[in-house]
Amino acid sequence: MSQIPAELKYVASHEWLRLEADGTVTVGITDHAQELLGDIVFVELPQVGKTYAEGEQAGVVESVKAASDVYAPIAGEVVEVNAALEASPELANSDPYGEAWFFKVKPANAAELEGLLSADAYAQEIGA
Amino acid sequence: MTVAIQTTPLNATHREFSAKMVDFAGWDMPIHYGSQLKEHEAVRTDAGMFDVSHMVVLDIEGADAESWLRHLLANDVAKLKEPNKALYSAMLNEQGGVIDDLITYRTAWGFRMVVNAATRDKDLAWMQQQSEGRDVRLTVRDELAMIAVQGPNAIAKALTVLPADWADGVRSLKPFSALPFGDWFVARTGYTGEDGLEIMLPAEQAPAFWKSLAGAGVAPCGLGARDTLRLEAGMNLYGHDMDETVSPLVAGMGWTVAWAPEERDFIGRKALEAEKAAGVAMKQVGLVLEGRGVLREGMTVVTEAGDGVTTSGTFSPTLKCSIAIARVPATTGDSARVDIRGQLVDVRVVKLPFVRNGKRVFE
Repeated sequence: MSQIPAELKYVASHEWLRLEADGTVTVGITDHAQELLGDIVFVELPQVGKTYAEGEQAGVVESVKAASDVYAPIAGEVVEVNAALEASPELANSDPYGEAWFFKVKPANAAELEGLLSADAYAQEIGA
Repeated sequence: MTVAIQTTPLNATHREFSAKMVDFAGWDMPIHYGSQLKEHEAVRTDAGMFDVSHMVVLDIEGADAESWLRHLLANDVAKLKEPNKALYSAMLNEQGGVIDDLITYRTAWGFRMVVNAATRDKDLAWMQQQSEGRDVRLTVRDELAMIAVQGPNAIAKALTVLPADWADGVRSLKPFSALPFGDWFVARTGYTGEDGLEIMLPAEQAPAFWKSLAGAGVAPCGLGARDTLRLEAGMNLYGHDMDETVSPLVAGMGWTVAWAPEERDFIGRKALEAEKAAGVAMKQVGLVLEGRGVLREGMTVVTEAGDGVTTSGTFSPTLKCSIAIARVPATTGDSARVDIRGQLVDVRVVKLPFVRNGKRVFE
């Protein structure tokens, strides 16, 4: 059974978002996504300083099984990436909502966060 | 028409062992039991087991069995001088394309053959057609399950749960040989590049045997690890590394084609002889990507002599980098580039296999 923390926001392409106190938004992939991918062996993260549109490809996750794109779930500028995840991609399997965050975005419009999926809506989306 | 998904005698057992199940060629099979990487590692360093009951076991009897097989297969079963020896071979069509790759054992009653699950129907239809007018009887042994126990400690661990009076026989098995024990058939063969056994046994005994092996410390392994293990071992997967449109000479199977004696007229011989006379244009190689990224099946390989293609690719858990099996122009040297989703990435071209008995093989 996939974990879907209630306090996070989600998009249908299986990224999660968390609004931080400093106004940035932390992005990662969901427990459901890592289960689908299996053992993750490489993570390619976006460049700090680059601006992405909502839904634009911002990274890649490669598992033993398949390659999968990671999308920017909200428009904005990438202000930080998780170098520890690049060094230890298996964290995305073991701790998808914690140590395995992918990048932080300064959102172009923080209000867009409100329109994204709640935990319940995401659970429904994946049939959980 | 809807075809119900098929299950092996171990289906319920896999679920008891928390397998993640997938549809493989119409069979409900375990892909892993938690972590494909850990299962791979278990086989390279200790012992793991695979349910391969979906594969097709076929017994061949009749006065013409041997002469028929010498016509049907590109390798020559006459090389099997005594019972219980095994031979790997391609079964070709008249154009020299690979209908399937298979193992044939010489047995007391004639021969036993193991063919792929995904090619079952076309293989059986082809063999029926080719056996017309000959004294050959084919019996599919669907009442048998098959468990592959693989790894450096596989035979030792299997011996702890097999009947004590079989131990001397099993210990005496040379690679690519087998022994029958009543309804059981124990072969020292496999698809991982490690030592081990492939054990055919009555279906109803399979769940208890699987559990006793697990109790002896043999790790249940899914088809995911089976694929990364065979790829590291440089072993072909039918439908990926070769198929009916591909000659064994370009699929790394030239060594399995028995040209001598010259008068042996096997199906596909004329086509292969013509191909050889004209010069074999492509060859099978290994690719190693030392940088980041993962090679996958179907990527274009760019070389100075022209383009090739990856036929299988994965992340190698043993080498900690990506590897692929590829078909490239015959004159390709020791480097090439692969188009990974729009980016040309440098790769090394090496001889297969990548890994044997737990160790990196290539320079």
